[in-house]
Amino acid sequence: MTRPSHFRRALQQRNLMIGGALTLATLMMALVSLTWTPHSPLDLSPARRLAGPSAAYWLGTDHQGRDTLTLIMIGARNSVSVGLAAVAIGLGVGVPLGLSAATIRGWWDEAAGRIVDVVFAFPAVLSAMLVAAILGGGALTPVLAIGVFNIAVFARVSRAAAIQVSGREYVRAAIALGRTRTDVALRHVLPNIAGPVVVQATVQFAVAILAEAALSYLGLGAQAPNQSWGRMLKDAQSLLFLAPGQPLAPGLAIALAVLGLNLLGDGLRDLLDPRLRPLRGA
Amino acid sequence: MIAFLVRRSVAALITLTAASIVVFLLLTVLPGDAAQLQMGTEGDAAALAALREQLGLAGSLVGRYLNWVGGLLTGNLGLSATYATPIAGMLADRLQITVPLAGMAVILSTLIALPLGMLAATQQNRPGDYGVMAFTQIGLAIPSFWLAILFVLLFSIQLQWFDMGSFPGWAGSPMPALGSLFLPALALALSEAAILARVTRGAVLDTLREDYVRTARAKGLSPGAVLRQHVLRNALIPVTTIVGLQVGFLLAGTVVVEAVFTLPGLGQLLLLSINNRDLLVVQTIVMLGAGFVILINLVVDILYALIDPRIRRGSHR
Amino acid sequence: MPLNLCGRGIVVCAAALAALLGPLAAASGGAEERTGVVIGVTLEPPHLDPTTGAAAAIDEVVFLNVFEGLTRITEDGSIAPALAEDWTVSDDGLEYTFRLRQGVTFHDGTTFDSSDVRFSFERAVADGSVNAQPGYFAAIESIETPTDDSVILRLSRPDGPLLFHMGNGDMAIVAPESADTNRTQPVGTGPFRFVDRVEGDRITLARYPEYWDASATDLQTLIFRVMTDPAAQVAGLLSGEVDLFPNLAAPEALQRLEADEGFEVVIGTTEGETLLALNLRRPPFDDIRVRQAIVHALDRRAIIDGAMFGLGVPIGSHFAPHHPAYIDLTGLYPYDPERARALLVEAGLPEGFRATLMLPPPSYARRSGEIVQAQLAQVGITVDLEPVEWAQWLEQAFRGFDYDMTIVSHTEPLDIDIFSRGSSDYYFGYDNPTFNSIIADLSETVDPQSRASLYGAAQEILAQDVAAVWLFQLPKAGVRRTDLIGVWENAPIQVNDMTRARWQ
Repeated sequence: MTRPSHFRRALQQRNLMIGGALTLATLMMALVSLTWTPHSPLDLSPARRLAGPSAAYWLGTDHQGRDTLTLIMIGARNSVSVGLAAVAIGLGVGVPLGLSAATIRGWWDEAAGRIVDVVFAFPAVLSAMLVAAILGGGALTPVLAIGVFNIAVFARVSRAAAIQVSGREYVRAAIALGRTRTDVALRHVLPNIAGPVVVQATVQFAVAILAEAALSYLGLGAQAPNQSWGRMLKDAQSLLFLAPGQPLAPGLAIALAVLGLNLLGDGLRDLLDPRLRPLRGA
Repeated sequence: MIAFLVRRSVAALITLTAASIVVFLLLTVLPGDAAQLQMGTEGDAAALAALREQLGLAGSLVGRYLNWVGGLLTGNLGLSATYATPIAGMLADRLQITVPLAGMAVILSTLIALPLGMLAATQQNRPGDYGVMAFTQIGLAIPSFWLAILFVLLFSIQLQWFDMGSFPGWAGSPMPALGSLFLPALALALSEAAILARVTRGAVLDTLREDYVRTARAKGLSPGAVLRQHVLRNALIPVTTIVGLQVGFLLAGTVVVEAVFTLPGLGQLLLLSINNRDLLVVQTIVMLGAGFVILINLVVDILYALIDPRIRRGSHR
Repeated sequence: MPLNLCGRGIVVCAAALAALLGPLAAASGGAEERTGVVIGVTLEPPHLDPTTGAAAAIDEVVFLNVFEGLTRITEDGSIAPALAEDWTVSDDGLEYTFRLRQGVTFHDGTTFDSSDVRFSFERAVADGSVNAQPGYFAAIESIETPTDDSVILRLSRPDGPLLFHMGNGDMAIVAPESADTNRTQPVGTGPFRFVDRVEGDRITLARYPEYWDASATDLQTLIFRVMTDPAAQVAGLLSGEVDLFPNLAAPEALQRLEADEGFEVVIGTTEGETLLALNLRRPPFDDIRVRQAIVHALDRRAIIDGAMFGLGVPIGSHFAPHHPAYIDLTGLYPYDPERARALLVEAGLPEGFRATLMLPPPSYARRSGEIVQAQLAQVGITVDLEPVEWAQWLEQAFRGFDYDMTIVSHTEPLDIDIFSRGSSDYYFGYDNPTFNSIIADLSETVDPQSRASLYGAAQEILAQDVAAVWLFQLPKAGVRRTDLIGVWENAPIQVNDMTRARWQ
């Protein structure tokens, strides 16, 4: 088994370490916010609005006098859950689609390819905007809007990886032994495309956080009290003249979370398959 | 080659048609319509129905779709339901901002990314490389609209170098117009530059490993000459591809950045038209974007096929 | 700490910059005579024909500037002559005779006469008309034009507010030659003619030298700039790009602008009653005790402080405080969370309940919603906020009656009658025969004294029934350059009359 050496190499990887730490911090913030936040998000007071950092309010307060740190933590919960759900949709639908396209080939492959092409014809933010406008302000809106795009991404990545794996000896051997195509796909191909799929998943998680922030910045995302970092930026922007410090915290939160996931993805790629190049673009 | 061309073009056409149907159907399920919005909280049912009729919202689904596509093909884009003016004119106004904005962003991102990418490749695993890679990580992580807000804060509010939310137009000297597009373009360019720098680095590294580069080196050419004469030319193919593909993403990115700088560009019109339920405008803008992406994909595929004959035979992805 | 430094630093920095830039701005302004005004508006008019659309944004640009009516509403809400020089009303209130102004021309050079009045009013009620206020014309039985300069209207029933309605954009006078193209090329009789428009950005008007009262007007050009974003509005004012915001959407910036000598901030009134609508068709809102509990749970002052930065007058019924017939009913169910909890227990909801609050886009609604959510949480009512765009709000809440609660401002003047439209026709779901009969009486009462007492009774019934929860009267935060005079400070109707505006 290669696990011990994997582990040792992992420790030596700066990307993996920093990325892992940042991602863990984001996840922890999201988890902790479920049971505890420094203040209540419903604790409003015009008297202390737009205040700078203080002992009681570490990151200051927003235009309603709410604690910024509390909102950032709840925003993390929102970003993480949207990201996880959007990636889950992509994995759940996209990987079977890509895998079956690579296994069955023929008309099914062509049809799947066309569907993916149609999705890719619209830049992610654009299609997410349309889907979000249609679904309205519901909680699932950003998840579905971003998830649709993820389906196409994972279909393309898993199909390409599966076709590559299909040419390897152990797959040919399995086919020669008379295994069914489904059996071969599930038992031999799937485990061997896990690497690129996992790497892509971290990249898509990051893309989902960015897209969700953009959507809620444009007013198409999360609703209060499900604070979103993008919405916080929107609120902050309208108060730039009054409180120029307001956009710092939510912007940094987005940037650090995305940075963490990207570094984690790069680290994982170096660990699993240095030649891999995940799809990028938003 | 001809067979490949035909096959790819037909595929692109199918994608385009499918995309137009998807866009059209998606938009018909949007809650609310332009007539309701114009009537607001006033007007009775009769006035509402009359306005729907007048705005062309009353026909059958298939009829409206064919009308729209027919109009697109014959160059008659129709009238905006909200403004009652020709859509073509509105788009022309907006494109005067969005095309230069996206163009400027492409140029800026290329100007930033190419030198950085090459520097990183030639300095592989040395400080220069780490520096560039750190920059690309930051560029990828910072949302363009946050960067835009920070630019507004610093240059527009603190330093007052630029007026926010005003576009001087191209009527006079182009300099004021270019000036007002510079910051938005830079905000857009940064994340694209990060991706492009990574691609450039990878492409240059790949080319450096090629036999003919080793041969050139063995022949005693200086590293600089090798880079200029052999590496750069070959590495430019993947780099150009990515630049092409990025133009599509940039057009989408303008939506958010135009919102921050309140520039009256295509992205603002799209957002406005979604909120106004001016569906014909939304459909047309979205199809314009999708058509552009599909066209670029087609051109890239054809170029690749010209370079690498193996692609012509099978599916290349 | 850096955040804090930044917060303090900007004030100092901005003050220094203002000191530096102030003389510069003054110098450039004084060097040449200013003949144009740039007006910032938050909402963009869809098209420019006030007679075929309901959007207040249309009137805000073109009415009284490009188009006029037979009467005009003045700044204090009274009715003055416009295209009609004077008029007489028969004793039974069924016959109106107007004498029209002579020598008036439309911007395309065609002459204005009685046939234009007949055309405008008949067009508004014709089949397929998209006029948003068919009710304004409903009482008119016949239109006679005995001469070019006189019009006689015969009514089927007395119509008290008819002369007031004539001063609204919906009853503006248009010409048959240009009516069909008014949406994009408006042609009226007003002091300014339409020049050009860039959708989503600006509308340009220029002085019409042949205007019948041309000596009153001074400005050569009017540019309406559409600026939706509050931050951009403030930036536009500070950079000198915009001279006037009749209603600034950024109450948070007013303190700063007030301190600036270059700007005059005038807090006026609007006809916008901002209310929390409860869907009376749905439990538990059909129970008056629950509705009373909600009023008791809300602290209007805190909502105004939080959402409007202190601007706005608390109201307790559907009436504008500046109107003579207004009664203050905010004390009827005062802020009292204890009482609210007790009422919920009485209503069989000791644990409170959960409901959705739909919020349209304006910041007054979004911000008030956040505070309402927090205040209702105090008495055990869990509120889920649902921000929506106008299109969805109109479809779902206003026409579909599919909502629990929503916050919106009703900006039509004297629109208390919307509560008489019944539960099958209007989104409140309110239906009270006593109230309906008062409104019916009102439409046939002309005497101001009796009208005021009827209005008073109507306000009281609505407040007692908690037909909705009224929060505050929307303020009109007008900001203009100090040397621009002759601009309306109050808005009895939603227009920006620039006829008499001039630079000092």
